[in-house]
Order: sequence, then structure tokens, then C-alpha cells
Amino acid sequence: MTSGPISDSVLERHGLKRDEYARILEMLGREPTLTELGIFSVMWSEHCSYKSSRVHLKTLPTTGPRVLQGPGENAGAVDIGDGLAAVFKIESHNHPSFIEPYQGAATGVGGIIRDIFTMGARPIALLNSLRFGSLDLPLVRRTMTGVVAGIAGYGNSIGIPTIGGEIGFDESYTGNPLVNVFCLGISRADEIIKGTASGAGNPVYYVGAKTGRDGIHGATMASAEFDDKSAEKRPAVQVGDPFMEKLLLEACLEVMKTDTLVGIQDMGAAGLTCSTCEMGSRGGAGVEIDVSLVPQRETGMTPYEIMLSESQERMLLVVKRGREAEVERIFEKWDLHAVCIGTVTTDGRMRVKDRGTVIAEIPNTALTDEAPLYRRPMQEPAYLAEVRRFDPAELGAPAAPAAVLRRLLASPGVASKRWVYRQYDHMVRTNTLVTPGMGAGVVRIKGTTRALALSADCNARFVYLDPYVGAQLAVAEAARNVACAGGEPIGATNCLNFGNPEKPEVMWQFAKAVEGMGAACRALGIPITGGNVSLYNETDGRAVLPTPVLGMVGLLEDADRAVRRTFREAGDVIVLLGESKAEIGGSEYLKVMHDRIAGSPPALDLAREAGLQRLLVAGAKTGLIRSAHDCAEGGLAVTVAESCFDTGIGAVVDLEAVGAPDQALTSVMTLFSESASRAIVSVVPARVPELLELAREHGVPARRIGLVGGSTLRFGIDGVPVAEVALAEAQEIWETALERALEVEPALA
Amino acid sequence: MRVRVYVTLKPSVFDPQGRTVTEALHSIGHDAVRDVRQGKYFELDVAAGTAAEASRIASAAADTLLANPVIESYRIDVDDPAAVGPGAAR
Amino acid sequence: MKFAVVVFPGSNCDHDAYHAVKHVLGQDAEFVWHKDASLRGADVVLLPGGFSYGDYLRTGAIARFSPIMREVTRFAAGGGPVIGICNGFQVLLECGLLPGAMLRNRSVQFQCEFVHVRVEQVDTPFTAACVPGQVLRIPIAHGEGNYYAEPDVLTALEANRQVIFRYTTASGDVTEAANPNGSLNNIAGICNTQRNVVGLMPHPERACELAVGSRDGLVVLESVVKSVSSAGGALAGSPQ
Repeated sequence: MTSGPISDSVLERHGLKRDEYARILEMLGREPTLTELGIFSVMWSEHCSYKSSRVHLKTLPTTGPRVLQGPGENAGAVDIGDGLAAVFKIESHNHPSFIEPYQGAATGVGGIIRDIFTMGARPIALLNSLRFGSLDLPLVRRTMTGVVAGIAGYGNSIGIPTIGGEIGFDESYTGNPLVNVFCLGISRADEIIKGTASGAGNPVYYVGAKTGRDGIHGATMASAEFDDKSAEKRPAVQVGDPFMEKLLLEACLEVMKTDTLVGIQDMGAAGLTCSTCEMGSRGGAGVEIDVSLVPQRETGMTPYEIMLSESQERMLLVVKRGREAEVERIFEKWDLHAVCIGTVTTDGRMRVKDRGTVIAEIPNTALTDEAPLYRRPMQEPAYLAEVRRFDPAELGAPAAPAAVLRRLLASPGVASKRWVYRQYDHMVRTNTLVTPGMGAGVVRIKGTTRALALSADCNARFVYLDPYVGAQLAVAEAARNVACAGGEPIGATNCLNFGNPEKPEVMWQFAKAVEGMGAACRALGIPITGGNVSLYNETDGRAVLPTPVLGMVGLLEDADRAVRRTFREAGDVIVLLGESKAEIGGSEYLKVMHDRIAGSPPALDLAREAGLQRLLVAGAKTGLIRSAHDCAEGGLAVTVAESCFDTGIGAVVDLEAVGAPDQALTSVMTLFSESASRAIVSVVPARVPELLELAREHGVPARRIGLVGGSTLRFGIDGVPVAEVALAEAQEIWETALERALEVEPALA
Repeated sequence: MRVRVYVTLKPSVFDPQGRTVTEALHSIGHDAVRDVRQGKYFELDVAAGTAAEASRIASAAADTLLANPVIESYRIDVDDPAAVGPGAAR
Repeated sequence: MKFAVVVFPGSNCDHDAYHAVKHVLGQDAEFVWHKDASLRGADVVLLPGGFSYGDYLRTGAIARFSPIMREVTRFAAGGGPVIGICNGFQVLLECGLLPGAMLRNRSVQFQCEFVHVRVEQVDTPFTAACVPGQVLRIPIAHGEGNYYAEPDVLTALEANRQVIFRYTTASGDVTEAANPNGSLNNIAGICNTQRNVVGLMPHPERACELAVGSRDGLVVLESVVKSVSSAGGALAGSPQ
């Protein structure tokens, strides 16, 4: 292993700092080879090492009576009873989705699915959380069209239903869309498989797609060794192959039933490098591989390229010695070839050979536990003082409430996402009890009476205005959404999308958001079992809105009791749970009507939020609550409207019944304030007292505010309409807005 | 003027369809086919005076819509009775 | 009565079909791997939906070369009831058991949604328990379900009453708006001239329980149970 001295430019192209390099020299006691430098560069990258975020993430609550697997494995897992575990995780694929929207999003879906079945769980549901810029821009329309098609293309083909998610829009995402994908699988609680390598002499197998030059970024393409290759030969874009992944999924699940595996891990970011050293590190063992044995798609690939390739749909397995033939036979059945590329050793090192010659040898811990860790400087952002200096009075006289409601229903953030979810197969596997657009997605667990409610949420405007409270609100909203469906929140995964952490202001946002998220999760008793951090989400130096997305899992003991957002029958009574205040800061109203993100986010009382969620679950359990819809973007008016959509029945709401006694709310405030911890539910008239009593027991203010019925959305005071829109008109606006905003692009798949 | 545009994935970009078709061909005995790369083919009817102009217009169409420059490259053939040889290539 | 659910690499509605037959309908079901050479004495053959071979090249194009398809063809030739759903329909088209082909949806998008289909003919094993003109609310989930056939083929299909399911409104009217994908004559499903092989794009197996939105599809499976039972096994296509 010889190499010349490493120049500054080579380091720079590898994204390594001088002091980091000094540390490499110290750890190795010598100059690294170029392959070793490449290995360090990817393992010490922000993406793999969490070097800026780790100190903060450590503060999140990750344990609880149901937690079977916390952070550190391919995915987290919680006990859902009947001897079963829900295995789930959310991950970002932001940057690749901007470069090539279809493939970027598709491979994001492929990656998260692998994380789940790697744990021995059969994936049963997908969600996604997406952010785009303004749809006025052709670039953004193309990006969104491509991302949605890519998610559909991969998820549909592999046969895992996409049952929900959320989409938000803000100019800050124009050059940096967010594509966060969540997957959940089910396994036997006692059969979870880990990404670990142990047992000296056990063979290490490679299975799946062949390795090409995919995903080796220009930035890390250092040294003269590669200078003669044209850029065209080294695409940074990975192309997904859902068919290959479907075969891998079925074959791996079949192999896992045989007790022949020690551990398994997918090759995601940093490919073979990451899987090799992480498996060794977790098992306290070493792994030795020979790159010449790795199946290659292209000719003339160097060890450097093979180790750093991010070709998709590949898995690394450690097999129990003596059981090789069994494993190989199962993969052959699925037309896959499992190839032995190395063995487990005892020395705790990652040793890479090329036709027998050692070309890299690094202690696993140097790449994992001992990777750099930064406490980056933080500073409260200057913009905060300005955005908080907001006086609603300066907005002038409000528009007519009915006109505002029409505008809000047409806002892409509020409008129906049917154009999107119609492209997702959300019914395959026949478990989907609550389909997209009807609230949190709910899937039943066949063979049990149970179901899981899933939601992904974050109101990034709130986080922007106050990262601490905003992140708490994200937790609360995600949990409230699954509670509305009747699910008790039992676990969450997070995807933290922020700007450049080397900027103290971004780091401050990040730290405060994690702090708030932790506090909210502790108060609500929800462990975070893993997730993903995506930093450097910036364009031309401008960061995206801080967007810490929560993927929430709720458990329904009785699948038959799943609750939808929609009112059921004329004559049912509409009850508002929670307190409405004059809270318009960061609202959809302010954004749509005044193009402003200002003020303070709504206040959040976590004890009251917890009470509301328990109430929603209890009310669903007995069938008392017939419909439930979280009050979020657009406030009470939009929530009531959405409760009516797709039912053909309108609603009559008395605004005087809404206002809290100590608040003199204007009509606009009452209709469009986004106060937290609220839900609109409906109940048969005879059971109203029962609901009010149950609410009292849970310490939740509850008010009877109207009736389901009629053909309009009618909000009045003392019988005098303040805002009235024909239901058919409102539904038409809401249903077609997104399609109208998008349907300018020809679709070429 | 008729212009033919052939869009294919760049040489190093993985082509799952091509691989699957290759394997299917092998499974039914066409072992001599070593590899398959699948692409798209377009026929454009272009209003242009010369082959060069038609080629330029088609190139612009390919650059902006027909091909995805991130992962695909394309080749253009112009059916020009007055000319011989292949059209512009990229 | 036993259903063979054929599993191709990339099939993904195989479990749904199995569940509907076994746990909702209460009949026997067995997965048959595409490399198998036997249908294991099944009374009914079901080709499920999915993306066999990733739908690469053309939907269903590669699956038709699977070894099991020789058996399926033999079973069909012997009069055995065969149903192809979605991708299974596409496989039947590619292997020539049914006429026509699929184009991409008019929307150029994958579409997953409930639609209404009208049962046009009840003299097939898969519609025998239906009422003529009965409208079923069942979902579609496909990107290439835009049925196409040459004009003479289409004329023959209509003349021979081979159109079994047509996209309609909820009240059973054939309209352009009720056609989700641009299929000629609003065709959602057809049969062969012997009427024992049926293919359709919508997914009856996804509409067998109210919990998942509809049980209108169950009648398709009940039909074949009724047909096979009343025929006393005479429909069984395996050469005796």
C-alpha cells in the first residue's frame, strides 16, 4: 500500500478538511492510499457520520416499553402486540431528486424499502413528505411531476402501497426540493434481523444488481487516476430497478426464514464501504473483502470506484458457515446470484483486497464511532427579530371571508392532492382501510384485529418562525393526525431537513428544533426510533425553510374502528375539540392572502395536546366519534370544508360557538386562525353529551359548533351568514386546483 | 423534412430494462445477443429548408424535451434527399 | 375447489388474489411458481396483477415465455377457466390467448382509483353469478390499460359478445367520462371465443371486503365457483 502525498486539492475534492486529514494520518499511522482516502471521505461525510448533528440527536428520547429497536440499525422497531413488530424509518433523497427528479425520487423509495426488509420485515406501506417551490415556475412543475412519477414508478412496481403523506410549497424549495420517503414493514417481534457481522470465518456475500460507476460524485473523483475518463462515463445519477428490488425483497425474506443469516445490510449511501465497516463495527468484528470478486456492470472499474459506487439494489449478507448452499439456492430461485466476496475476521478492521493484494485496511471504529464530531457554533438568526415584529393590524381590512375561503381552498398546500395520489397504487396488498386524502393512512395487519395509522407532517413555516415551538408543533400534528384516525401514537421517525450547518444561524435552527422535538416527544410519550438528517439544503446560499418532518405510527387495537376525516350523515353534530385563539402567525391565510411568513407560531400546551389525543383515541374506540379531522393549514374553515368534501353534504357552523369566552375573535380570526391542539369531530345527536363528558374527563375544551347538512358550507353568527360557499363550488375549487396548476407540462416518462 | 431522433441512456447509466430483456432473450435461447440497451425513437416532421436547419431544430427539441440530458444522449438522422451521410450526432 | 395463483417474478397482486380466494371466498388456493411445469390439479387458473419482469420491454411481454404458460395454454385449450387480472390480462394478450393489446393510459399516468364496470355477458365462468347489466364498483391500478385492437378484431369481439366488462358511470351508462384510460369501446375486460379465458384490467380481488372499500368484485370469484361446481368438473382443462 503505497501512495504519494495527498495534495490540498485532492482533499478538497474529497470534502475533507486539513485537520480531518491529520486525524486520518494519526489513526492509520501512515499516509492513506487513495482508496482509503475515498473510504474516509464518504464515511466521514455529513451524510454518513452525522458529524454536525450527532451531539444534538443524542438528546432525543429513543426508548420506551414498546421499543424493540432504536436508532443505530437500518430502521427502528416497536412492538404492536400479537408478537409482531412495526419496523419503520424515513429518509431523504433531496439532492438526487433535484438533479434527476424521476430517478432521484425512485431510488429514494428503493433505499427506504431496503432499509425495512433488511430488518426481516415485509414492507406494507409507504408515505412521503414533499416540498417544492412555487408551481408558477416551469422548473418546479417539472420537478414535482417527475418526483411524483418516480415515487409511483418504483412503489407501484414493487407492490407496496403509498398510503399517504404531505406536500408543501414555498419559494425556498425552488432549487432544492425535499423528497422524504417513509416505509413501514411488519415482522415477528422476535425475528428482527440486524446489520451485523460476527463469527470469524463466516462468509460475506454480495447479492443484487451489479456494481457500476453510479453515484460516484464528481467532488470525490480525485487524482489523475481518473482524469482520462469523460464525465459521461461517471454519472452521479443512480437509476432504480424496482424489478430487481422486488426479487431481492422476496428472496431476502425467504432466506431470512431459514436461520442461515448472521446479518444483512443494504448498500445505500457509500455503498460497499458503508455496509462493510458498519456491519463489522456493530458485530465487533472485522470484514475482509476482495473487490475483484464484486460483480461489475462496467469494465475497467478501479477498487476506488467499486468501493464508492452507489449502484442501487445491492445487499451485503453474512452467512453462517456451512449454510452457503441453502442461501445460494434461494437466490437462484429468484434469478439472483449470491457471490461470496469475503469473510468475517476477528481484528475489527475493514480490509479490502484487489486480487489478493491489500489496498485498504482501516479499523472499523475509525470510520464509525470515532468519526469526527462537531459542536458547531450557533447563533440566533437575525431574521427572527424582523418576522416576529408583526402586527396583524398592519394588514388592513380583511377580504370577505367567503373569498378568503375560496382562495385558501385553491392554494396548492391546501388543495386536494388527488392528482398526486391517484398515480400511487395505494390499494395493493388489500390492507388500506383509510386511503390517501381521507386523513392519516390506515393499514390493517392481516391475521390480527389491529391496524396502524400513519402520518408524515411538518409545518415548516412554524419552524422557521420558532424552531423550538415549530418542531413541537410538527410532533403534535403528526401524532394528532394518527389519533384522529383512532391510532394511539406509539413511535416516530424523523427526517431533519436544514441548510448549511457551518452557518451558525442554521445550526441554531437545527439545535432548537431537535430540542423542541425531544421535549414534545417526551411529553407525549413517543419515542423516536431513528431517522435521517439532511443538511446543506441550500440554493445560492439561501437555505430552505427548516423542515423537520415527523413520520408517526399509531396503533389501533380494532381495525374496524378506523376514523376518516369525512362527515357521515346529515343531522350529525359538529363538535370542535380544543381552544381557538387569535393566532394567525405563520398561517396559510397570511401566506396566501398577504404573501407573508411572519408572527409567532400558535402556542402549544403539550399536556392539553396529550389530552386531546387520548380523547380522540378513546372516542374512536367506542365508535362515538364518527369523523375526525385535525385543524391545521387554513384553520377551522378549511377543516370544516374538508370534512364535507367527498360526502356531498354541507355544514352549518355557528361562529359564536367557536370563540373562547376570553377572546374577542374577529370572523377572519375565528375562521382562519391555526391554533394548535384542535380537531373537528362529528357525532350523532344523541351522543353529544357523552362526547362532551369524555372531553371534560380528558381536560379538553369541547364545543358544539354546528350541524352536518345542507348543500353549502355556511359559517354564520346568530343565523346570519358570515361566509357561505356552495359545497359543489368549494369542492370543485379544492379538487382541481393542483391539477390546474400543474397541467401545463407534457409528461414524458 | 423527416428527422429521426434516437434517444438512449448514456453508456455508463444503468439500463434495467435492457438487462432484463437481455436475460429474457438468453432464457429463450438467443445466447448470441450479448447485451441490449433500450431506448426511444422519435420521428419528427420538421418544417426546414435545409438538412442542417432541420438538424438544428431537432437538436433543440431533443435538448429541451425529447432527451433528459442528465442521463440520456441522442442521435439525429435527417432524411434529406439532397444529402448523403448521417446527420448531426451528439 | 382449487385456484392456482401463478407467480411471475414481479407479480405483486398474487397475495391479494390468494387472500380473496382463500380467506374471503373460502376456497382452496395455491401459489404456482412460473418455473413450475404443473398447475397441480387446479380447477381455476388466476394470473394476478403486478409488474412481471418489471413490465420492461412491454407489459406482460416477457412473462409469456415462462414455463408455466405452456401449461396455462393447455389448460385453457381444454376448456379450463382462466382469468387474467391487470398484468395477468396483459400476459394473456401477449401470449395470444386473448386478442388485442394495451397502450399507455390516455392520461400518460398510472391511475389508481375506483371505477364502475358493467357486466356485459353472463355466459362466462367469471360472470355466471352476475345479473346482466350489473354495475360493479371496483378499482383499477395501471399505467397501460388503454385497450386497443384492430378494427376487424374489435368488430369480431363485439359480434361474438366477447366484451365482458365495460367502463360505465355508476348508473351503467357508457360515456367518455366514465372511460378512465381511453380503451376502445370502453372495454375493461374480454373473453376468448370459447369464453373460458377472461381478462380484465380492474381488480375484482381488491374489492372483496367492505373494509377496503367494496365487495363488488367478489361476484367474479363466486361466479367461477358456481360454474365449476355446476359443471361437475367438466370445465377442468387438464387433459384427462
